Amino acid sequence: MSDIEERVKKIVVEHLGVEEGKIQSDSKFIDDLGADSLDTVELVMAFEEEFGCEIPDDAAEKIVTLKDAVTYLSANSN
Amino acid sequence: MFNDKKLFLTGGTGSIGSSICSYFNSNGCKEIYSTTTNLDKVRSDQSYINFKELNLNNIETYNLDDLFNFDIDYLVLNAGLNKDNIFLRMSSNEWNSVINVNLNSSFYLLKHFIKKMVKKRFGRIVFISSVVAHTGNPGQVNYTASKSAISGMVKSLALELSTRNITVNSVAPGFIKSNMTDKLNDDQKNAILDKIPMKKLGESNDIAKAVGFLCSENASYITGQTLHVNGGLALI
Repeated sequence: MSDIEERVKKIVVEHLGVEEGKIQSDSKFIDDLGADSLDTVELVMAFEEEFGCEIPDDAAEKIVTLKDAVTYLSANSN
Repeated sequence: MFNDKKLFLTGGTGSIGSSICSYFNSNGCKEIYSTTTNLDKVRSDQSYINFKELNLNNIETYNLDDLFNFDIDYLVLNAGLNKDNIFLRMSSNEWNSVINVNLNSSFYLLKHFIKKMVKKRFGRIVFISSVVAHTGNPGQVNYTASKSAISGMVKSLALELSTRNITVNSVAPGFIKSNMTDKLNDDQKNAILDKIPMKKLGESNDIAKAVGFLCSENASYITGQTLHVNGGLALI
């Protein structure tokens, strides 16, 4: 598991209160991990903070799974 | 009542805005931020307020992250202006500037501050509406449109934010002694007094106390509501 994936997973575990073992890379935050739409906004804010980058709204809307987040952050984080 | 809390209020130099700031300050709120179109309007007794010059008519041209890089507990959207005219004489400028200042500016400020409130799982948002938003008023099509739009915003936002311990309400003043009512002549004032069951204009402090209540612990289970403060003028 990449360093980025590990950090993303940690944030998801902390924010959504799900067990790490239940998170697959294609788990959807809302459909599979019980997030509501505000949770996804909060997750994006937490990613921004952790990775020191700004995720614009149009990109944020496309981040629906752990994999989406890892892919975006791998390409855009500092 | 508001110890260790932070207030951000638009339009802190107006009569209602300055009363609200003063009420919060005398009830323990020591960190108060506000906006004004012109810093020259700030009175000498308002040095406890951190003012920033901001023209809400073109708020989209400002970088709010730079200007207001802090979180707050209470957001009071108080600034407002009226440019009255009968509708058939109303210019597009009179329409647009009132909608921009009274309604559209809220969009930007809410976006900016709600993110921070969601994060800390606490927030009290209070809009200052108006009785005429609920009754209509000839000559104020633009003003009433902007203020009644706020009623819908309050309800939808209240629902969206309810799980994050953020309440969203509005206070609808009736006729309050203010720079707006100071412009009325005696005949107009008497005509208004005739319609108010309490036979007096409200004080800006009456509004401040209502805003204070909605931000206080006593109102923690109240959201999506409009609190009418109008001496019985309209029972709605």
